[in-house]
Amino acid sequence: MIPDVAEGVTRTAQRLDWRVAKVTEVHNETKRTRTLVLDIPEWPGHRAGQHVDVRLVAEDGYQAQRSYSIASPPESARVSLTVERLDDGEVSPYLCDVLGVGDGLEVRGPIGGYFVWDVAQGGPLLLVGGGSGVVPLMAMLRHYVAADRSMRASVPVRLLYSARTVDDIIYRDELQQLADCPEIRVALALTRAAPEGWRGYRRRIDRAMLEEVGWPAAEQPRTFVCGPTPLVESVANLLVALGHDPASVRTERFGPTG
Amino acid sequence: MQTEEMRLDGNAAGGALREIFARDVTAALARCGGCGATAPMGALLEYGHEMGVILRCPTCDTAVLRVAHTPGWTRVDVVGISFLMIPEN
Amino acid sequence: MADTPFIARGFHSRRAPAAPGRLPPGQYETRDFPVLSAGPTPRTPLAKWDFTIRGVDGGKSVRWSWDEFNALPHETPKVDIHCVTKWSKFDTTWEGISVDTLLSAAQAVGIESAPYVMAFSDGGYTTNLPTADVTGGKAWVVFGYDRAPLPPEHGGPARLLVPHLYFWKSAKWVRGLQLLPNDQPGFWEQLGYHDRGDPWREQRYQGDP
Repeated sequence: MIPDVAEGVTRTAQRLDWRVAKVTEVHNETKRTRTLVLDIPEWPGHRAGQHVDVRLVAEDGYQAQRSYSIASPPESARVSLTVERLDDGEVSPYLCDVLGVGDGLEVRGPIGGYFVWDVAQGGPLLLVGGGSGVVPLMAMLRHYVAADRSMRASVPVRLLYSARTVDDIIYRDELQQLADCPEIRVALALTRAAPEGWRGYRRRIDRAMLEEVGWPAAEQPRTFVCGPTPLVESVANLLVALGHDPASVRTERFGPTG
Repeated sequence: MQTEEMRLDGNAAGGALREIFARDVTAALARCGGCGATAPMGALLEYGHEMGVILRCPTCDTAVLRVAHTPGWTRVDVVGISFLMIPEN
Repeated sequence: MADTPFIARGFHSRRAPAAPGRLPPGQYETRDFPVLSAGPTPRTPLAKWDFTIRGVDGGKSVRWSWDEFNALPHETPKVDIHCVTKWSKFDTTWEGISVDTLLSAAQAVGIESAPYVMAFSDGGYTTNLPTADVTGGKAWVVFGYDRAPLPPEHGGPARLLVPHLYFWKSAKWVRGLQLLPNDQPGFWEQLGYHDRGDPWREQRYQGDP
């Protein structure tokens, strides 16, 4: 059942229980990232930007728990997570290598009331992501695209997304299609290696890049920054140095780079 | 690896906080008992690991909120929050 | 139903239990040296660093600058360490000053001994210990690890080292010891961790015997 978006937002006072979701689909996005599509019983719906906690319990009682951003928009019937495999991780290797269609996965959510965006909140909207930090931003973009044309007209959106190489760009084809939308601008930055003929940026996100891609502070954009902690903190500091109100820059740190 | 590279923020503690406050508080504004700066709980710096959750003020590093689960009890130290404004949703 | 945990198919801990005898109960061996911190890494310049032992009730104190501290006799303990989050690391090597040396110096200037101590650190971290657990060759203030200066993320310039207790007692970025007539809980002890923390008796939490 597709949640009614107009009524839409998850009541924050709902019980937060662990539920066993069923994996209905898995597909690889890049060499190191994989999307899991889940059927979650009694799912109350969610907002773009929210995450779930995932818990793994082994037979001997050993437990590990991590948070993963929801990649699917509120308009989707099923909940997708896109997971980056960290080689020395506790949970991500299991989710990427072992978990399969038909398996159960314990999740709790949706969680979050700060790093969330609904098209009704308006814009202009600047999304800045590094690596797997693009996942919650993609939920926001997908939600935007599903929204009424008339709403979109008044909310221009820009995404600045940095990845190591072109093969590390998650959702690359979908982003290319989104860039065709007149209200959406997508800028990509490769930090390690770029292919012949690459017309995007070839360096880490810096002040000049943010000035070129983002809006001037006077436009009062809403900004969401997500990815490895050093990137998030650097970008947030740069935006404030460019004059943006710190309260308008929302951050979600994913910890160390994979 | 430096501590600062590993730190998360109040968003990651969202599930744990919801169990204590019975509602999502990542958007709640907390006033730091150390320096008086106000920030959303989601923007506090998390130094949580398996021992507990420590949320610190991004301005002065005071521990605003500390949580630890030990058998039979969850202890919550809110001495670092001088004021909390939770939005009605 | 809520009591039966859902077992994730094919999920195993990567942590293989090592040979018994050297591992306290519930622990596994690691070859890494995980960094766990309750706050940001302090950056005290050595010119500003000092180590203080404070007597009970704000009485006398004794203080060493970095150079004075380094001039004290060095020891190079090689020890196993055990974290309450269940990892243990064998044969770690350190260099530092025995706490016995520091407490003797304190006594020599008239600071009376006390049954408990509270270690205090840059950044506000504290941990309480029975004095008996930091004397008799059981504890050091170390500034070297693995034959190099102790790195900041592991507590440098100097940390407490009390290897026979869980490693949260080995306070990073330590700046001194406050002598106490009565036990008082430090940072983690206030949140439910044990006042003593003996890994061989699995004293992880308040109330553990």
